[in-house]
Amino acid sequence: MSEFEQLYREVILDHYKSPRSHGLLEPRDAFAEGQNPLCGDEIAMSLTLDGDTVADVGFEGRGCAISQAATSMLTEMIRGRTVAELAAMPKEELLEEIGIPLTPVRLKCAILGLGVLKVALHKAKGTPLPEEWAGGELELEIG
Amino acid sequence: MAASRVTTATRGPLTGEGVAAARPTLDARRLRADFAVFDELRNGKPLAYLDSASSTQKPRRVLDAMRAFYEHSYANVHRGVYQLAERATEGYEGAREKVRALVNASSTREIVFTRSTTEALNLVAYAWGLDNLGPGDLVVVTELEHHSNFVPWQYVAKRQGAGFRHIPIDDSGELQLDALEKIASEGRVKVVANNLVSNSLGTINPVEKLAAWAHEQGAIMVVDAAQAAPHRPLDVQALGCDFLAFSSHKLCGPSGVGALWGRSELLEAMSPFNLGGEMIRSVALERTTWNELPYKFEAGTPAIAEAVGFGVALDYISEVGLEAISQHEHELTAYALGRLAELPWVETYGPPAERRAGIVSFNVEGVHPHDVAQVLDWEGVAVRAGHHCTQPLMTRLGVAATTRASFYLYTIPEDVDRLVDGLHKVRKSFS
Repeated sequence: MSEFEQLYREVILDHYKSPRSHGLLEPRDAFAEGQNPLCGDEIAMSLTLDGDTVADVGFEGRGCAISQAATSMLTEMIRGRTVAELAAMPKEELLEEIGIPLTPVRLKCAILGLGVLKVALHKAKGTPLPEEWAGGELELEIG
Repeated sequence: MAASRVTTATRGPLTGEGVAAARPTLDARRLRADFAVFDELRNGKPLAYLDSASSTQKPRRVLDAMRAFYEHSYANVHRGVYQLAERATEGYEGAREKVRALVNASSTREIVFTRSTTEALNLVAYAWGLDNLGPGDLVVVTELEHHSNFVPWQYVAKRQGAGFRHIPIDDSGELQLDALEKIASEGRVKVVANNLVSNSLGTINPVEKLAAWAHEQGAIMVVDAAQAAPHRPLDVQALGCDFLAFSSHKLCGPSGVGALWGRSELLEAMSPFNLGGEMIRSVALERTTWNELPYKFEAGTPAIAEAVGFGVALDYISEVGLEAISQHEHELTAYALGRLAELPWVETYGPPAERRAGIVSFNVEGVHPHDVAQVLDWEGVAVRAGHHCTQPLMTRLGVAATTRASFYLYTIPEDVDRLVDGLHKVRKSFS
């Protein structure tokens, strides 16, 4: 298998070219957006909730194949699961699904969508933020 | 050399077909032998290193000099009376003189060693900005500024209640100077901050004009020369600016050291930036006074061996010749833009070759730059993918990121050919 085929597995390219759950939901119960400052990947994600359970999810984004495909795959893993469970979801669960070898830089691409999901749940339900997102809300706004 | 200094805007040899014989040249193939990194194969392929705008590779001469300095001349500087300490101080101060000569400053008192270009620009933003900016004042940056000459000004302006404006660019990535009049009508312009060469697009900016305008407004002109100093002759007198910053690691020297040039009358009037040892004249419980220039701005033990390596790197690029480097990169840029123009699915950004330095930013239709760079890496081609610390510029271009190829004195046309071959693979892989 070539290097290309190892990293850009068929399933990755499929999710990249035809992302699932594409498009933001309206109305929505939870929303967040995030960027990967290393390479400019962007993800926005919206969710509807049924009590403490995720009913539906939609996302939009632009970025590398890994970030967009991983987010698409993530959306297929979260419907019907509880907010608390998803807020505590280890990144390994997603990485296993993605199933490709990732360097530290590409790892950040792969878990961007998961971070955005957790920020959305935090904003809507007060669940804990992942460590790497804490403290990022001190903004400099120029009026 | 001094007589042949020319400023960027009036550079003759970049244009005109009839002067070919007078053009300075360099032999990139021969220079590559000075860099051990090119001896190794990666994935069985030679390295096409097209990320010199990010950081350059290091010649053996710089590495050998640093090792020899550590082994034979190392101690802390400006302290000991023993011979080793004197040798260390000589090496460190010798490097300062080389920096002075590079930018044609009038005195080494005006050369401050910093950690990086970024730290040098923060030094000016804090040490000058906190004492001189207030409500009604304006800080003016540009839309294609690197974050290091953007965010410190944005932050200090906000803290001081001053306004923050930017000079927009046109579609080819060149500054729209007709915006200046409107900006001046909105407040007292106190700072104009601009890079001499854009790190994302390679645009050579009209710093002399901006400096003249800044001075008409009673403002200071702060120049980020991180992408200029390694690649073209510099003369702070001709540029007419007030501060100029650049770093060692982009011109074949080690990382961890950079330089700030500032007009002595401004540096003298400024408060210190970092405080502690070395930067004081006397300390008492009730009163501390500052050391003379440039030591007032060099608190703590500096990057001594790195400064020495910086100086040796300056020797190296000066011997190759900055005119020759500039000419070499110009030819590579024109060649690269021509080859990329053969690919209808590649979009390039920035001005035409004659008005840009050795930097080419582009996108492959339908493929994110990160994926482009990944596939190119497997071909042994190293490029940068991302926003290049210029997010306002990316927003202006309407893209999240670009792929950037950048050149230096060791870049050969075959590197560009391999980039183009690699892009065909990218296209094929993702279609």
